[in-house]
Amino acid sequence: MQVSAQMAGETAALAGGGIIAAIKASGIDYVVSVPDITTSEGLLRPLARTTQPRLIRVCKEDEGIGICAGLAYTGKRALLLIQHTGLLDSINAVRGVAVEYALPICMMVGLLEKEPGVPPRQSKRYGVRIVEPVLEAMGIPYHEIETDADIGKIKPAIDGAYAGSHPVVMLVGRRPS
Amino acid sequence: MMKRDDCLKALARHVTDADIVLPVYSTAFDWITIRPHPLNYLSHGAMGLASSHGLGLALGRPDKRIIVLDGDGSLLMNLGTLVTVAEVAPPNLYHFVCENGTYEANGGHPIPGRTNLDFAGFARSAGYRTVHTFTDLKIFEQQIGAVLAEPGPVFVDLKIVTPGPQERDYSRIHGPHVRKAFREALAAG
Repeated sequence: MQVSAQMAGETAALAGGGIIAAIKASGIDYVVSVPDITTSEGLLRPLARTTQPRLIRVCKEDEGIGICAGLAYTGKRALLLIQHTGLLDSINAVRGVAVEYALPICMMVGLLEKEPGVPPRQSKRYGVRIVEPVLEAMGIPYHEIETDADIGKIKPAIDGAYAGSHPVVMLVGRRPS
Repeated sequence: MMKRDDCLKALARHVTDADIVLPVYSTAFDWITIRPHPLNYLSHGAMGLASSHGLGLALGRPDKRIIVLDGDGSLLMNLGTLVTVAEVAPPNLYHFVCENGTYEANGGHPIPGRTNLDFAGFARSAGYRTVHTFTDLKIFEQQIGAVLAEPGPVFVDLKIVTPGPQERDYSRIHGPHVRKAFREALAAG
């Protein structure tokens, strides 16, 4: 049963256009990004062709944490679009800026090389397996975005982060179309 | 070479109540004594990120001048910010670095490459619109007003000497009351 469920997961779809529509519906003014291969074609490239939200390309992910914080104080909404390796690299900035200062830093994180349909904790990739436990240790809410059925989580997650002034992470588990 | 507090006093004479200032670490403690104000943005959360916070503020509040008072050790932790700021090119961002060649808040140890680095060269090659270096206080005092009237992004390298011991109560820059005051002041105008 587990194998067939995984096979079904492998063939499920995740529409990049649906995710972008949810991002726009969430009132995101800026997408701040370091490229991530999971979200490169389905999210970042089409977002780069639009002017709203405005794309800000950064050199390193922790820069993006600072930029999103500054924007948050001004009432502008931002989404940090990165890879899980960049999230792990930015843990201290996330700790200080997002968690300890209780700021609405919203992160959409591609899980590099996670197997489609496989829960992150069951991935063969060590770096993928540790992401959710790390977020739990830091007290950061997160949501798995694995199929189209998960796209509906995005707007409530972002609205909730701004309403409650806390960070949130959305984990993109496969390449959006 | 100049004394940092002399530079900050000269700068403070040209900072208005509408400006947002982001000083880091040792500079922050000098600055909040010289120019206490709720629009001092003091809580950066992690070393090196002041100019990144400043870029976010510059984008979100284009009506305000954003003045970042960085340290050389801090800037070395986030050199990519120079490239990002230059690419976004906010006309209201003024990025100062107080260069004394040390990690002053962490024991006064030398920064790597202190005899070779050219921060102004970094900013110029990254693409800042205007770059200045000051080593003489009188010249800085004469020119700082004009520098703050230039369209940004502007980079200013202040060559300073390492001051003596400093009292650092970090609750004055990291305390939640600081961020609350800033948030309220920014919302008010």
